[in-house]
Amino acid sequence: MTAVRIDIAEKVFPAVAGGPARGLYHDFRLEVADKSFVALLGPSGLGKTTLLNIVAGVDRDFKGRVTFESKAAPRIGYAFQSPRLLPWRTVLQNVTLPLEPGSASAERAKAVLAEMGLADAHDVYPERLSLGMQRRVALARAFALQPDLLLMDEPFVSLDEQTADRLRDLLANLVQRHPATILFVTHDSREAVRLADRVVVLGGPPVRIEHDVRIELSPEARRNAGEVERVRGSLTSAGPALAVARA
Amino acid sequence: MTAVSRLAWWALSLGVFVAVWWLAALYYGDPKLLPTPPLVLDALIASAKAGALFSNLAVTLARVAASFLLAMIIGSALGIFLGMSPTADRLISPWIVLFLNLPALVIIMLCYVWFGLVESAAVAAVAINKIPNVAVTLREGAAALSRDLAEMARIYGFSRWKTLRHVILPQLAPYFAAAARSGLALVWKIVLVVELLGRPNGVGFELQTAFQLWDVATILAYALAFGLIVQAIELGLIQPWERAANRWRR
Ligand SMILES: Nc1ncnc2c1ncn2[C@@H]1O[C@H](COP(=O)(O)OP(=O)(O)O)[C@@H](O)[C@H]1O
Ligand SMILES: [Mg+2]
Repeated sequence: MTAVRIDIAEKVFPAVAGGPARGLYHDFRLEVADKSFVALLGPSGLGKTTLLNIVAGVDRDFKGRVTFESKAAPRIGYAFQSPRLLPWRTVLQNVTLPLEPGSASAERAKAVLAEMGLADAHDVYPERLSLGMQRRVALARAFALQPDLLLMDEPFVSLDEQTADRLRDLLANLVQRHPATILFVTHDSREAVRLADRVVVLGGPPVRIEHDVRIELSPEARRNAGEVERVRGSLTSAGPALAVARA
Repeated sequence: MTAVSRLAWWALSLGVFVAVWWLAALYYGDPKLLPTPPLVLDALIASAKAGALFSNLAVTLARVAASFLLAMIIGSALGIFLGMSPTADRLISPWIVLFLNLPALVIIMLCYVWFGLVESAAVAAVAINKIPNVAVTLREGAAALSRDLAEMARIYGFSRWKTLRHVILPQLAPYFAAAARSGLALVWKIVLVVELLGRPNGVGFELQTAFQLWDVATILAYALAFGLIVQAIELGLIQPWERAANRWRR
């Protein structure tokens, strides 16, 4: 059980050298149901990364509160916008470090790395890998944790389309096997429709919810480019109220 | 480079140095003022046979080790603290500048005057000379610590110890290495001065005796012996550790 209630009364970045102060959020509210896959869609520079940082608890400099409806503090996996790996630890160490020590964790880490196509890169240091591979290691780190809440910040950008597609399938597959509450930031509406069961289109500043669309597509329909395209059109035409896109 | 070729270059470089020295000594022609390498070797063997060489080297080396460790520990703690706390840095960094510019001789004399001609005063004097350098270096390292990685460690629930070991210390390693290398060079030079001024043994004390007799061969013999030891520490300890700490780099 990990529903998230986000309530940001005010989030302002103070002025830096010359520029004005930036008010990013004002009376912003978003509720994320347990085990739902919510895609946050919006242009860059809007404040999506800031939102994930607030939810993750690393940005506490705001008025408002984020509450989790869960028994204990939720286990959070965060695939950052940049990989943020430890360059002085091997690929496998990077994935196992957040896990509880033990052979079960190591096995799980190896299994996830294998699914990411990184089975023969266990002992490599991250800086010797391409950026795409580094991103996959970072994803493996987030998945291997089997988190209650998974935050993903444009995880598939700067990957070639083929790899990105494979990883999208992999993500859908993993979510099916290990359901988690997911906040997925992207500026790619096709990707949002394909993966999420709810797409929240953001506008601003200050950030507000422009459209909030429930996506009810079967897994097969999601892999059908025409279907995705059709639903994608409804993202912008739908009214500000909750809309439902059905197959 | 392999270990063998590294040693070969090292030997070649020192070999050229000895050759130049030998030629200069022959050309100058006064073995009392500028002895040839074999004469210095004789002096070295003579003090080794008398036993004075090893006991003095051991005593001095112990002082170097003690004050080096003391300076590294206190200086690192201070530097990391200053790097992480801007307020403390503003408050304390003028002190650091003051101590950085205080002549070594003044610190040594004050330590002896205030604490007496004792071992602890000698070690403290050397350490105090070195602490500001270490602090300045580590302060730079601590100020450059990655916020991205600190956030990552927090979100993924790393314990304090895990964060220190896997996130913080690897980032500080190059700064430790820089502080250690310049520290070793500075510390052993200051230890000799401390010994000369107020200790009844050690290389510094022995050099003073030789100096009073204008015994250049012995002076050079001790300098040679100690120089070799410091080179060995650099080659055998600091460099291998640095290579191990850097093997992840591209
Ligand atoms: N630490 C910070 N200090 C000041 N401004 C910031 C900081 N972080 C982000 N910003 C600004 O806030 C805005 C939103 O940033 P971000 O959340 O990264 O946007 P997005 O992820 O939607 O592209 C940007 O204009 C950015 O310049
Ligand atoms: Mg962003």
